[in-house]
Parts: sequence; C-alpha cells; structure tokens
Amino acid sequence: MLSHILSLSIWVPIFAGILVLVFGSDTTPNLTRWLALIGSLFAFLVTIPLYTHFNFADGDFQFQEGLRWIPAFNINYHLGVDGIAVPLILLTSFTTLIVVIAAWEVIESRIAQYMAAFLIMSGLMIGVFSALDGILYYVFWEAMLIPMFLVIGIWGGANRVYATIKFFLYTLLGSLLMLVAFIYLYYKSGGSFELTDFYALPLEIKPQLLIFMAFFMAFAVKIPMWPVHTWLPDAHVEAPTGGSVVLAAVMLKLGGYSFLRFAMPIAPDAAHTLAPMMITLSLIAIVYIALVALVQQDMKKLIAYSSISHMGFVTLGFFIFNSLGLEGAMVQMISHGFISAAMFLSVGVLYDRMHSRRIADYGGVANTMPTFAAFVVLFAMANSGLPGTSGFVGEFMVILGALQANFWFAFLAATTLIFGAAYTLWMVKRVFYGEVANNHVAALKDLNKREFLILGVLALFVLGFGLYPAPITAMTHNTAIHFQNQLHSKLPNVITALVNVGSN
Amino acid sequence: MENIQYDLITALPEIIILSMAMCILILDLFLKDKTRFLIYGLTQFTLLVAAYITVSTHTAAVGYGFSGMFVDDALSDVLKLLMYLATSLILIYTRSYIQLRGMFRGEFYALMLFALLGMMIMASGQSMLTIYMGLELLSLCVYSLVALDRDNAKATEAAMKYFVLGALASGMLLYGMSMIYGATGSLNLTQISNGLVDGSLIQSTGSHPVLILGLVFIVSGLAFKLGAVPFQMWVPDVYEGSPTAITLFIGSVTKLSAFAIVIRLLAQGLQPLALDWQGMLLIMAVLSMVVGNITAIAQTNLKRMLAYSTISHVGFLLFGLMSASLNGYASAMFYIVAYVLMSLASFGMILLLSRQGFEADKLDDFKGLNQRSPWHAFLLLIIMFSMAGVPPTLGFYAKFAVLQAALQAGFIWYAVFAVLMAVIGAFYYLRIVKLMYFDEPIDNAPIKPAIDMNIVLSINAIALLILGLMPQSLMTLCAYAITHSLQ
Repeated sequence: MLSHILSLSIWVPIFAGILVLVFGSDTTPNLTRWLALIGSLFAFLVTIPLYTHFNFADGDFQFQEGLRWIPAFNINYHLGVDGIAVPLILLTSFTTLIVVIAAWEVIESRIAQYMAAFLIMSGLMIGVFSALDGILYYVFWEAMLIPMFLVIGIWGGANRVYATIKFFLYTLLGSLLMLVAFIYLYYKSGGSFELTDFYALPLEIKPQLLIFMAFFMAFAVKIPMWPVHTWLPDAHVEAPTGGSVVLAAVMLKLGGYSFLRFAMPIAPDAAHTLAPMMITLSLIAIVYIALVALVQQDMKKLIAYSSISHMGFVTLGFFIFNSLGLEGAMVQMISHGFISAAMFLSVGVLYDRMHSRRIADYGGVANTMPTFAAFVVLFAMANSGLPGTSGFVGEFMVILGALQANFWFAFLAATTLIFGAAYTLWMVKRVFYGEVANNHVAALKDLNKREFLILGVLALFVLGFGLYPAPITAMTHNTAIHFQNQLHSKLPNVITALVNVGSN
Repeated sequence: MENIQYDLITALPEIIILSMAMCILILDLFLKDKTRFLIYGLTQFTLLVAAYITVSTHTAAVGYGFSGMFVDDALSDVLKLLMYLATSLILIYTRSYIQLRGMFRGEFYALMLFALLGMMIMASGQSMLTIYMGLELLSLCVYSLVALDRDNAKATEAAMKYFVLGALASGMLLYGMSMIYGATGSLNLTQISNGLVDGSLIQSTGSHPVLILGLVFIVSGLAFKLGAVPFQMWVPDVYEGSPTAITLFIGSVTKLSAFAIVIRLLAQGLQPLALDWQGMLLIMAVLSMVVGNITAIAQTNLKRMLAYSTISHVGFLLFGLMSASLNGYASAMFYIVAYVLMSLASFGMILLLSRQGFEADKLDDFKGLNQRSPWHAFLLLIIMFSMAGVPPTLGFYAKFAVLQAALQAGFIWYAVFAVLMAVIGAFYYLRIVKLMYFDEPIDNAPIKPAIDMNIVLSINAIALLILGLMPQSLMTLCAYAITHSLQ
C-alpha cells in the first residue's frame, strides 16, 4: 500500500473523475455532486500518508516507484517525492476538495464535466509533482492543459475564448521547447530520460544556457514571470471561481517547482550566469506588478496581479542562491497556495451574489455581511504579509536571504510589504467599508454554512502556518540543503579539477 | 517449377485480393439492391482472409519473388496489415454514407479492392517498374472513385484536377526512374543501391548529373503523391471536392502506400545518395509545415482544413525521413501510422455527423456538439488534441519520435522551428474544440449513427488515447518492420 502511495495519489482522482463523467449528469445533479465530493475526499485522504510517513531527515526522493513504460526510448514510469513536492501534492488534493465544495450550488450547467475536469486535473498535477522521468513529467505537464482549457472556455466569463486559447498556446510554446531540451539531454546522457542521470550529466556552458532558456520559456510562462505574464490576468478574470483557485493555488506553483526540479540542477552554471537576469525579472514582477495591481478596477484582476507579484518572491528566492532564500521561496509557494485560494474564493462569494467583480459596484459590504468581512480582512492581511499569518514567513525569509546577497535586492523586495498592503487593503476598504453603496449591496446575505466551512478551514491554515510554520519548514529544510548541494558547477573542467583534488 | 510456386506464395495475398475483386465485379451483375449487402460482407471477408494469409506466411527473413521484382519482407507485411485494417475501417465508416448517396454499388467495392491491390504492390515493389505499376493501379482506381458520384459537379471537377496533376506527377516519377536506369543500368533497387556503393554501376567517378537529375524528378514525383509543398496544390481541392467517403480513403490509407514507395525508392534504392536527397526533403519539410499550418487557419471548411493539416503532417513526416537513419525511418513510419489512425477517425467523424442531403463538412456544423452528443464531442476532442500533438494521445508520440530522430541527426534548430510550427498548428485544432464545447449549437438534428460505425469509430478514437498511454507496442512494430527490411 505505502509503496504505491504516489500512484494512488495520481490515479484515484483521475478514476473518480471518470466515474463522475460516466454516472453524473445534469438531470441528477445531487448524485453528481456527492460522487465528486466522495471522490475528492478519498483522493485527499490517500495523500495524507505522504506526510505522516515522510522521513524528515532525508532530503532525497522518497516513496519511489518504478516501472518500465516505453522501453523503445527507455522511458520509465518513475515517481518519487521530496520535501518540496509533498506539501505541494497535499496542497493540490486539498484545493481540489475545496473547489468541489465551493462549486456545490454555484455550477448548474454541465456539473459532471466541471467536477470531472477538476478531479482529473488534480491527478495530473500530482503527477507533475512526483514524476522523476523527463517524458513522464512532460506528459502530465501537457495533459493538464486540456481540462484547464475546457474549464476556462466553458464556464468562464465574457472574454473566455480569447483567454483560454491564449493560455493554451502560451503554455504549449514553452512546453514544446522544453521537450526539445529533454530530447537533447536524452542523447547527451546516452539514452536516458531519468532525472538523476540528467543531474549527473556534465555539460558545457553553451548547451547549458540553451537548455536553461528552453526550460525558462516553459516555466516562466507558467509562474508567470514578467514579461510573459499577460495570459494570467485574462485567464483569471474569465475563469470560474474553481478555475481561479486551482490556477493560482497550484498551477502557478508548477512553474516554480519545475525550476527547482529541472532547470536549476540540470543547468546550474547557466542558472548562475543568468541569475542577474532572473533576479531583475523577479524584482520587476515584485515592484512593477504590485503597482499595476494598485490601479485595477476588477477584484479578480487585482488578485491575479498580486499573485504574479508574490510569485516574484519565489523566483527571487531561488536565484539569490542561499539556503534561506531557497527555503523561503518554498514556504512562500505553499503559503501563497492557501492565501490566493482564499482570496479568489472570497471574490467568488461576492460574485455569486452580485454577478459583478468591479470594485466600484460595491461599498459597505461589511454592514450586510459582517462574518464574511472578518474573514476577508484576515486574508487581506495575510496577502499583504502581516506577521502572524503564513504570508509573512516566506516573504520574510526571502527578504533576509536577499539581504545576504545584496542590500538593494532586499530593499526593492521589501517595498512589496508596503505596496502589497496598499493594494489589498485599499480594495478591502472600497468594497467592505464606508456607506452601503446601493440596494444590491443592502440586500446581500451573509455566508451560508458551506462557505463558512471553506473559508474557516483556509483561515485556520493561514493563521496556523503563520504562528507555527514548523510543519512546512521541517519538510523543506533538508530538501533545501540537499538541493543546494546539487547546484555545484557541472562544467567538465571543474569536475575533473574536483576529482583531482579528491584523489589527492 | 519450384520457383513458380515460391513466386505465388510470396504474392498470395495480392492474388487473393485480385481474384476476389473480379468475383465481386461479376457477382454484382446478379445481385438486386436488396441483396447487395452481400458484397459488402464479402469484401470485409476478403480483407480478413488476406490478413490471415499475410500473418501466416510471415517470416522475419526477406523473400524475393518474380526474379527479384517483388519482395515479401517485414516492412511490406506490416504495411499490408495496416492497409487491410484501414480499408476495413473505411468500408464500415462509409457504408451508410454511400447508401444514402446512391453509390452503394459493386463498383465501389471492386475499385476499393483494386486500389488496395495497387497499394500492396507498391509496398512490395523491389523494382522501379513494379512500384510504378502499383502506383498507376492505385491512381486510376482513385480517380474513378472520386468521380463515382457522376452527377456531382464538384466531385467531377476534383477528379479531373486530380487526374491531370496526378498524371503529370506519375510522368515525373517515371522520367526520373528512366534516368536512374540510364545511369546505373538496373531497375532493381537492391542492385542500384549496391552498385552505387561499390561504384561498379558507374563508369566514371565524381559527380553524376544524370543520377542527380533523376533523383530530383523522383523526389518531385514522390512529393506530389505525398502532397508536400511545393507540390501540394491538388490536395485541398481534391479533399474538398471528393465525396467524404473517398476523401477518407485518399486522406488515410493511400498515405501508407506513399510512405512505402518513399522508403523503397529513397531509403532502399538511393540511400547512397542520401546526402543529395536530404537537402531536398529538408526544404520541402520546412515549406510544408509553414504553408500547411498557416493556411489551415484561414479555412472554414473542415475537409479543406484537414487537407492543409495533412500537408503540415507530411512536413513532419519528411522531417523524420530526412535524418536518413534507421531510427529516422522507424520514427517516420510510426508517424504515418499514427497519422492514418487520426485521419481515419477525423473523417469518420464527418461521415458520422452527415446525413441525407447534409455533409457536416463546415466548421460551423460542429458548433455545440458537446450539448448535442457529449460522447462524440469527447471523441473528436481526443482526435483534435492528438492531431495537435498534445499528450497523452498518440499524436504526441508521433511528434516526439520524429523530433528525437531529427535531434539525433543533429538538426537542433530545425527541431525548434518544427515545434514553433506545431504551436501554430495547435490553434486550428483548438478552434474545433472551441466550437464543440464553448459555442451554442445551431443545428439540433439528432445524431443517429449506424451502430457498427458508432462502435468502431469510438474504438478508433479511444485507441488514440490508449496507444498514447501505451505506445510501446506500435513503436516496436515499426522498428521491427524497418530494421528487418533495410540493412
């Protein structure tokens, strides 16, 4: 059982999704919903042993499984996770559960397809987080696009077709370049797609740079980094609430995770060479995108830009090359998963009642929805990185790490504590406080039990990890150290020099 | 006496198909409309018998017949089996379509079998003459099939166009063959290849303008048959003008035979000239990908769009062949087999949605298909993502195989170019998905396909997914066929 825990984590939600597709329909909406709920709950429970049986002292891959899959090209079904993949997998299965509950009465047309899309997507994303074979990883990475394409396109808003095609083509372009890089590595390594073989491969600086750029194209689009971020606000605004939640909480993390798993260890010298570029892009994302967020009229767009700005912290943490920054970036990824999910769900709560995301249509919501307002203020504080919330931990670690590298990096990154507070709290002020803006707002009803449950659980996590981040840092700590050791130069002459030193 | 027996055994499947085609032609005279179903059954039975014989006489060794003009090797056997399978699927998909349009006659089935015979001869051709003979048999049958719906002006026009341009291409191919014959003094592909390697067939050393000129003509003729740019002009018009039943035939199974003669002529006979033809294939591959993918975006007719998509797929195929290695040929073969399966399913879907007096070949006919029939929309979704090369579908591994062959041969930047073109190509496949899933239906007629077609087409489309999850068997088959036939 334990030896196949990763396979179960991947395939249980996918089969649950297929079951929902087969047995669910719009004529029996409640059966469909319960089926999806049981499926996602089961899929979540299956992933729990990954945490309880995790060996915290070990920074290497655990729960490994291997099967020969396509011997013609030596492609294997090889799975394994480390301290950064496990929290992200748990986040994924948890988010899927939340999304299914959040869609309960909101989605009325084609319920089965909606629920199935999220369940299948969940399995595929867990596959991305646990694949240790280049092509297996690529298959999960690309297959995930199909359900997301449909989710945004079918249940999205007015401009959904434009947004979803843009999303798909942007991502496909990056991914195919990554595929070329994988095949190149396959021939360089003498016929293997194994990740560990890629790590061990000595490469000259020029191929390293090209490989890094190919990976960069694929991952930067997903994170998304400035200037390839433009699909994200479009996709978010048009996506249904569940789509936004999965997009922000999990899908953006895939890009960050993949930098750690592929781009940096495979091409460490290129990563060092290009670090100034990566840091610059990260800082632009942190500062400039935060300013862009400030002027948004649409709540979802504002949170989407805020996500880009926060993901800038993740890439900044990676490319300052110290363990504090690295660990901070890992924590930030997980924390942002909870906070962005909560923020988008909150906007969803408002949107379901008013069918508007424009800030100007609201005002004084706190008067009619006091409980909801309390939750949102908490999440807004977390989003702006207030100490005591999970948003603070990761950002603070990255800023400390940046300070070790260069004072000005830390200075610029720290401005986000001001800008982040500015755009989030200003939005909260305009939407929730002041006079009741119009009759629609006056007629609003406060949270129902279902909404209270979802936001309550998320609030527990946000506060819990803020006050006691040890459950996350215990996992990421050894992985971060292990990962640091992988970032040594791979240039052939350096390696021979090291070997010579060792033999002396 | 022993020799004759051996000859006959090598060509036993061909002999069966030939005799059955003639039987069907005669039998048809005695059948009334009500009993004509017998012919359909008989044709399917013939394919089954031919498949059985091909499998049971198969050996891994290469067998020659008819004084070395005919070969029975792994490549020909595998291709023939795929041809039977594809033809059988075509017969199932087209039955109700041709019944409704008054083409359910013995000629249709006899011509199909004769065309199949032509393709089998092409797959087994070991002499340039055999190949040419097979090609002409196939071409003449296809010209008549396109024009089978006599009163359809568009189909007649397509047939004329196809015939005139096709004859020109055959002429080029024959002209090229005659030059090669002039330069080497042999029609036998193995002899040509051996002679070119050890120089025994060439009197003087150095460059051989006649040989190269002949090669240019052969490559042009092959490019025409494949539909590669700049010889692609006929493809969109013929695809659009032909009755969909025939488009299905032209768009799928004939590509297998075109692939067969490319392998026979270039990889087997003229492999020593690989350096010369690699450049030609490269230019055509690049142009095909550009023209096919970009022009497809502007189409409003699905058959026409699939025609341009074929052109871009041929670009990818040539890209695999271009590396001129066993790995490259096996990858190209995998690509063409995957393409044939996808093409069968996509044209099959048009046939499934068409009914009396309605062709379902406009893009707008697919609007809101998800609301009319979620299952068929899902099948077409798989087909389209497979065409676009998105995993976990078969189309992805086809692209993967070709890309790895190109990278092995060192064409890194062309591989990058090819994936850029694949992104452009993804757009118009996505548009079909968009029409099916995101738009409201404009046509609410119920979809009532024949039960056999519905089942087989579903299997066909789901196979794209299953083979995408487990592509090993098909890859092994292609590698087996190539490595046991080409030394």
